[in-house]
Amino acid sequence: MEPINIEGTPKTPTVKFDSAEGVFEIKGRSIPENSVEFYKPLVDWLDNYKESPLSKTVVDIRLEYFNTSSSKCILDVFKKLEAIHKAKNEVEVNWYYEEDDEDMLEAGEDYESIIRVPFKMIEIVE
Amino acid sequence: MSFNIENYFSEKPDENVILFYKGNIDSDVINHVLDTVEDKLVEGNEQSKLRKKVYNVLVESLQNLFHHVDRVPEDFEDQAERFGLLVVKKIGGGYRIITGNFVHSDNIQKLEEKIKRINRSSQEEIKELYKFILNHQRISAKGGGGLGLVDIARKTGHRLDYAFKEYNDDYSFFYLDILVNDDNKNNF
Repeated sequence: MEPINIEGTPKTPTVKFDSAEGVFEIKGRSIPENSVEFYKPLVDWLDNYKESPLSKTVVDIRLEYFNTSSSKCILDVFKKLEAIHKAKNEVEVNWYYEEDDEDMLEAGEDYESIIRVPFKMIEIVE
Repeated sequence: MSFNIENYFSEKPDENVILFYKGNIDSDVINHVLDTVEDKLVEGNEQSKLRKKVYNVLVESLQNLFHHVDRVPEDFEDQAERFGLLVVKKIGGGYRIITGNFVHSDNIQKLEEKIKRINRSSQEEIKELYKFILNHQRISAKGGGGLGLVDIARKTGHRLDYAFKEYNDDYSFFYLDILVNDDNKNNF
């Protein structure tokens, strides 16, 4: 599968999905006006990936900001991961948040309560 | 009596206003406003927790305008496609973010009901409401997720202060006055 490698911008995150290297990462800011346009290729990619995933998929989410429009798209990403997990593959989400950012921790906990995939909440201490 | 949206701000313009904008709300304006306010927050040595809250609420406020404003009345001076007003003001312990936009009379009730529902909810209920909408509501044709106001109330911990000022029979001007400060929990 062709990897996804998107450079971040002030409004969209850096994304690396690479099944050969086993790297799955969304990092930075996700505050575009049109989040569906940005996330649809990612969701489609995961849809293909779920046909023959790695035995273990670890996804790192390191977001500084995300808007509510992205929050639904991020849920769609997690729903694909949930499907991979449901098909008896190991999946783990590492949700990073800065030490004083309770809002980002709570956002991770929201997803953890909706999606049946193991989440690890990881505090970034500066 | 002529209608002047600036009359709403009866207080004299003061140095506490860090940003005032009225006009078309497009992507470039949103980028510019976000950059400007982010710089001022850094200059003002605000703690990162408050800085992030202000930034988050500002993003939602601007994108609410971007996705949801109604067309302006035909006789209004500025025939922008998406006319909005934004004021960001520094106050003791935090910031006030005030937005204004036209709402067609047909849409007032729905918007007001949404705000009232949020305002009578406890902080815990708002969290549950957010999760429910996140999980059950699709992104609308306008591109909004229906979560903006809920997210603002959740992150600020304050009730939504708002007003509808009648412009004519068909339109009102809607003001939303958002307080973002250090004291962000247990206000519901």
